Amino acid sequence: MPHVVAAFVCGLLFGGGLAVSDMVNPAKVLNFLDVAGAWDASLVFVMGGAVAVTAIGYRLVFGRDRPVLADSFSLPTARDVDARLLAGAAVFGVGWGLAGLCPGPALAGLTYARPETLIFLAAMAVGLIAGRLAADATQPTAPTQQGV
Amino acid sequence: MTEFTPVAALIGGLLIGLAAVLLMYLNGRVAGISGIAAGLLKWPPAPDWAWRAAFVAGLVAAPFLLAGGGWVRPQLDFPAGTPMLIAAGLLVGFGSAFGSGCTSGHGVCGIARLSKRSLLATVAFMAAGIATVFVVRHVIGPGG
Repeated sequence: MPHVVAAFVCGLLFGGGLAVSDMVNPAKVLNFLDVAGAWDASLVFVMGGAVAVTAIGYRLVFGRDRPVLADSFSLPTARDVDARLLAGAAVFGVGWGLAGLCPGPALAGLTYARPETLIFLAAMAVGLIAGRLAADATQPTAPTQQGV
Repeated sequence: MTEFTPVAALIGGLLIGLAAVLLMYLNGRVAGISGIAAGLLKWPPAPDWAWRAAFVAGLVAAPFLLAGGGWVRPQLDFPAGTPMLIAAGLLVGFGSAFGSGCTSGHGVCGIARLSKRSLLATVAFMAAGIATVFVVRHVIGPGG
């Protein structure tokens, strides 16, 4: 099961990044979104740093025929910008703006044992299942996208 | 008020990027948290549930280790009350499943792949998030 250990290590790095950058703090994320008020630009540096490293790293990785521990790369196959994508993103953004939480920081935040985190995650689980059912009903023949 | 912390933010961002690159290099997977988590919410369990659970375990363990060692102890502040947290969780879950991604999948991995879909999704959720905070904080106002 080396690929399971690899996933754990990647999770550690990801969660460490969220904690070090304080993205686990909902107030910090909300202040980033509050451009007309107490704006905190820190999230720009988190995303900028992450995108820069990922863009360069992906370029090197995709020069390979296959990943080290799997038979092939699992990448999204959809290319078209459709209403489902934009509607989903907009709904996600409203939820993000209401609480200052998205899936990564909410899961990483479990460590701090706050009841708010559990409430959010329970609702998020229901939302994920409902969103998948709605997506299946909208495009029953669409290829499934994994990991995105 | 939160302090602008560009250095810590950049270090955190580099770690997140490293995690995304390694997950693709080793397992050939996109580090999209909503997708990884959604795969754990299937019954019967998806055949590839083990790596997903391991990733989430790492995601939770790292802040735990950093706090336990006394290195990083963030002060969490949740401005949203319970009804708003429930609404937010439902919307975040529904939106990321329906729109095939969240901040990490579209905002980091997708943009890094120069995906037009992810770039537009990121613009859409940023705009929606900014508009929502504007309404909550400046239209409805504190205590609203």
